[in-house]
Amino acid sequence: MSAHTISVRLENRPGALARVSQLFSRRGYNIQSLAVGPTERPDISRLTLRVDCSEHSLEQIEKQMHKLVNVLRVTELRPDEAVERELALITVSVATDRRAELVALSQVAGAQVADIGRDAITFEFVGRPDQVEAFEELVRPYGVRELVRTGRVGLRRPSATARGAQPSVNV
Amino acid sequence: MARMLGSDAILRALEHEGVEVAFGIPGGAILPTYDAIARGTTVRHVLARHEQGAGHMAEGYARASGRVGVAIATSGPGATNLVTPIADAWMDSTPLVAITGQVRSNLIGTDAFQEIDATGITMPIVKHSWLVQDVEELPGVLKSAFHVARTGRQGPVLVDIAKDVQEAEFDFVYPDEVDLPGWKPPHKVHPRQLREAARAIAEAQRPILYAGGGVLNADACAELLELVDSAHLPAVVTLMGKGCLPDSHPLNYGPPGMHGSKYANFALNKADLVIAVGSRFDDRVTGKVSAFAPGAKVIHFDIDAAEVGKIRHAEIPVVGPLKLALAQLAAEVRAATAEVAPDRGPWLRQLEDWRERFPYRYAKAEGVLKPQTAIEALRDLAATREEDVVWTTGVGQHQMWAMQYLRCETPRSFITSGGLGTMGYGVPAAVGVKAARPDATVVCIDGDGCFQMTCQELATAALERLPIVAVVINNGWLGMVRQWQELFYAERFAQTHLTHAVPDYAQLAEAYGCAGFTVESEDQLEDALAAAFDAGRSAVVDVRCDPEEKCFPMVPAGAAAVDIIEAPGEEAVPA
Repeated sequence: MSAHTISVRLENRPGALARVSQLFSRRGYNIQSLAVGPTERPDISRLTLRVDCSEHSLEQIEKQMHKLVNVLRVTELRPDEAVERELALITVSVATDRRAELVALSQVAGAQVADIGRDAITFEFVGRPDQVEAFEELVRPYGVRELVRTGRVGLRRPSATARGAQPSVNV
Repeated sequence: MARMLGSDAILRALEHEGVEVAFGIPGGAILPTYDAIARGTTVRHVLARHEQGAGHMAEGYARASGRVGVAIATSGPGATNLVTPIADAWMDSTPLVAITGQVRSNLIGTDAFQEIDATGITMPIVKHSWLVQDVEELPGVLKSAFHVARTGRQGPVLVDIAKDVQEAEFDFVYPDEVDLPGWKPPHKVHPRQLREAARAIAEAQRPILYAGGGVLNADACAELLELVDSAHLPAVVTLMGKGCLPDSHPLNYGPPGMHGSKYANFALNKADLVIAVGSRFDDRVTGKVSAFAPGAKVIHFDIDAAEVGKIRHAEIPVVGPLKLALAQLAAEVRAATAEVAPDRGPWLRQLEDWRERFPYRYAKAEGVLKPQTAIEALRDLAATREEDVVWTTGVGQHQMWAMQYLRCETPRSFITSGGLGTMGYGVPAAVGVKAARPDATVVCIDGDGCFQMTCQELATAALERLPIVAVVINNGWLGMVRQWQELFYAERFAQTHLTHAVPDYAQLAEAYGCAGFTVESEDQLEDALAAAFDAGRSAVVDVRCDPEEKCFPMVPAGAAAVDIIEAPGEEAVPA
């Protein structure tokens, strides 16, 4: 078992997303995260799915998804060939006297302050999924009141010209 | 371009698609479409007595004709009653267009009377489905529905049409092309894979073809026969594939699997090369997967890439249309065998030896009619008939005996519910077959349990003048379940005894305007069956059989082929 990111170009039609998610539950595959949104074309959506499965299951998932009429393209985003990002919103409890310390820490980590309340701050953090997790760990000692993550979205790197080729700029 | 109502457009679309027969039942949300039927159409509508019956009729029609079956039902319970045939068509890759009425667009989502989310309920069991809420979309959707049902791996689609769409007036143009950018079934075969397959076949010492229902769906039976003959390849043929290669062909070693022949299972077990063609390594064929064909390399031909490698790794995958693939393969094999010509004599002699030593067997007993005897009598009667005989079955022991004992020499002459195992399939499927093959004698071999699930369709057979012969292998039990209870549940026969007390099937037949016959002993069998075939109307033959007869051989679920259970009195076999 290992984690894989699958990118799906999907016709933007009623029920199309349901057909994809139904296929996963029907065939017993577990989705770790699923992000869906519009693309450069209004009639097409892109799904980024994160699944934990064997290579054999991954192949089955791709083949079964290809059979869905609304699915235009299924590709695996391999870590070395893809840009992957995630947005997290994290509300952290903080007493007034420790606010400055927390804000300073978050700025070093690359997070933005989205809202400040009397006893809590909401941060927004955009980054690679491992960076999101690192930020979450960083602020956890203060007390995470609420947290939401978009799930990763990804695109193939234009610098990854051939499968397995090292990207020229890896950021 | 013509101005018309959505309901009329549905029928014009069916006519454009060449639909000659549709099976259905009207109801509230589909009423406008039935009104359009009353206004006139070249489509013959066959009125079923239950929507499940209509669905299985459409399936029987499709499997017998190779065309897309059409079933029509209303919303809510009409749609839910179609769920079983849609699932059946999904499991057996039967091309089916199900058309359901839906409540008015403004009522969708309000839990209106007879409202059900038909596209939602059927989502896991259709290739695709459409909910039509705009009449302008109707022609394109129907065009797409037929296209998706019949292309690639065939199967069911659902078109759910709101009542107000059926009532709306618009300018009807039937499109010439479908607009389905995501639907790209394979239309050619990779030449390198074909060459590899041909080389593997040429080099194999103990090859076995494993042909399934996909060969029939692909209309590739002639190509399969050519391959078998030219490469001298022995074959096993699954339940769903029965008829794709003549049962009388000397290289046809019959069905493998749970109730297949010992020799077919042994052949797979000892093969060094399995050439799967339109078959999907179903658990009823493989038993324990890790012990299935343990010494064999696998070549897997299929139109559906997702079947290749799903259960069993294929060393040589060949994805594409079977008709093309098999034709090209035969030529490639001829070229490859010119270079390497292995001596297959020992293998073919081994297969022949197994076939001679382990035929299907059962023991006759004084005073009790064995179900196998009835099937053999039907087989022998069919052989004497001038007209074609097409068989349908229900699901259970009688189905397995039919698979074992009937001889099917032509494609599409054995029509059964394989993947879903739908009891009650046989009678309505036979009615649909008769609509497709009016000149054939259509015989449903049924169990008493199965027959009672859908026998109301005898009314359809009688009134629509689609006469069928239903032969009820009546052992008074849910026989296959009883067999499992006897073998695996210490003879605790929980809720399987249907009894011979009621109904009287011959009287039931008469009540439906059909001829009824009762057979209680072997000496009555031949005359009753012949009379039923020649009744000039639908007929039901109640064949009262030994309640305790079990279906053998049997590979228990999850066991290996070599752990086959034999009929009592047979010699033990080292495979």
